[in-house]
Amino acid sequence: MARVEAAARRPLPRTLGSELLENRHVLGGLSVSPALLLLGVFLAYPFFLGAWLSLTDARIAHPGRFVGVENFAYLWGDQVFRLATFNTALYAGVAVVLKLVLGFSLALLVNREFRGKRFVRAAMLLPWIVPTSLSALVFYWIYDSQWSVITWMLRRVGLVEGFINYLGDPNLARASLIAANVWRGIPFFAIGLLAGLQTVSPTLYEAAEIDGAGAWQKFWAVTWPLLLPLTVVVTVFSTIMTVGDFQLVWIVTRGGPANATHLFGTLAYQRAIQGGYIGEGAAIAGFMLPVLIVCVLLAFHYLRRD
Amino acid sequence: MRPSLAVRTLTFYLPLWVFLIFLLFPFYWMLMTAIKPNRDLYNLALNQLWTAAPVLQHFETLLWRTNFLPWLRNTLVISVGATALALLASLLAAYAIQRLRFWGSGFLGVAIFLSYLVPQVILFIPLAQIINRLGLWDKPTALILTYPTFLVPFATWLLMGYFRSLPVELDDCARIDGASRFQVMRYITLPLALPGILSCLIFAFTLSWNEYIYALVFLSSTASKTIPVGLATELVTGDVFQWGPLMAGALLGSVPVALAYSFFVEHYVAGLTGALKE
Repeated sequence: MARVEAAARRPLPRTLGSELLENRHVLGGLSVSPALLLLGVFLAYPFFLGAWLSLTDARIAHPGRFVGVENFAYLWGDQVFRLATFNTALYAGVAVVLKLVLGFSLALLVNREFRGKRFVRAAMLLPWIVPTSLSALVFYWIYDSQWSVITWMLRRVGLVEGFINYLGDPNLARASLIAANVWRGIPFFAIGLLAGLQTVSPTLYEAAEIDGAGAWQKFWAVTWPLLLPLTVVVTVFSTIMTVGDFQLVWIVTRGGPANATHLFGTLAYQRAIQGGYIGEGAAIAGFMLPVLIVCVLLAFHYLRRD
Repeated sequence: MRPSLAVRTLTFYLPLWVFLIFLLFPFYWMLMTAIKPNRDLYNLALNQLWTAAPVLQHFETLLWRTNFLPWLRNTLVISVGATALALLASLLAAYAIQRLRFWGSGFLGVAIFLSYLVPQVILFIPLAQIINRLGLWDKPTALILTYPTFLVPFATWLLMGYFRSLPVELDDCARIDGASRFQVMRYITLPLALPGILSCLIFAFTLSWNEYIYALVFLSSTASKTIPVGLATELVTGDVFQWGPLMAGALLGSVPVALAYSFFVEHYVAGLTGALKE
């Protein structure tokens, strides 16, 4: 406090500059300008530039000219793009539901007093904390066709005779990637929902118990409705991140085998950065916008209600 | 009535252990692979889950025969730079939006929240062009300038929550005592918001450390890469997989963020959940 008084007693120089800084509109505008400049140049501008590029035939070192919806029309008839659309829907749909169910279960499990609670709550966050590209490498190694530790364990207990080519079969590869994504996303749901659970007043459960409710009824009549807004927000965030996933798939399968695991992100990277078809890549990324808009509207609807 | 031990084992301890094994096994496997000698690593007759003679050879290979150390330096420089830039911008923005309530502040709060929801995969193609035009290709500056696009929305939102929790009366008192608006921010609000600033710092640092797609696209030469990109692109070398050094690198690359977060786990959780609830 001493510092505060000292600062306050110092006579203020009354110049035009300091007068202006006392105006909250001037000071406010100045203060937000660094953030706005960064977001304007590197977020808003590329966002609209991307929309423009998707309507051009731009290629690397070719500025490109306006071609209307040609890229979108071409992609609509492209078998690989259709497969990527199916993959993205499957990947995001299955993974988000699994993460929600498992994350909610984990949150309910650790929302009580038990020995080692602090350790468990810290340890369960690890998959979310560590760099995804590095954990993706571990999954790449765990899914190795020859040295996989899962295969080794299955062979040890006699469930499997030969080897399993996790990333060589389309459906097995999809399942393997979904498992890795679920592994990474469970902590996000668990910790978000745990925070919500801790705000639920215990008296509500006591009242429900007096009315003779069992554990199952208490969950559906008390916990679920109270946590619904938070659940929706967490799910919306996770959906955006899962639909926009790139690194896990790119590191583990590169979209293979035979394009069976390509998502919008990996296909856009392959076509635009590796292939040089920038307009086409931007159009692929643009197909994510409808999902994004629905998610944003949902998030807003539930955040407003809070 | 207290449930019996058998019931509690079935409904609590068993599922908890299943979760913990599922969530932590990949880390155990990372460690095991990193310390196993090569002859054990590729011998399926041995017990794969354990090693009798741990070695450090993979760490030696990683540190002295790959570009891991330059990657480490790049990752540090970029993470520190991006964090500092983003935190400075976010602090000023959050303070202004939350405390000054100037013209347009409500709209800006919403706009910054919206920008938080734009995924990187929508931006990387046009951003690559912009980076190219600015002459920043293959330079750490490219990432220091672009990482704030996902750090600033997040950090601003989080800090706005912290500033909101501080009583405005403190500001008013100092104003009555003759402090300028800048002094109020410097001597009253910022010191009180220090826990929030710290968790922002950790968040921003770990997010920068973990970033993959921008680093993959904007950096091209081997020596300029970051750890997440370098390991995955340079050490996965065709048919000869260097699983030992690769897992050693994954381990070393994960340690800084795990450490940063373990010191501040309470802040981290509070920050994350606070950001979700706002």
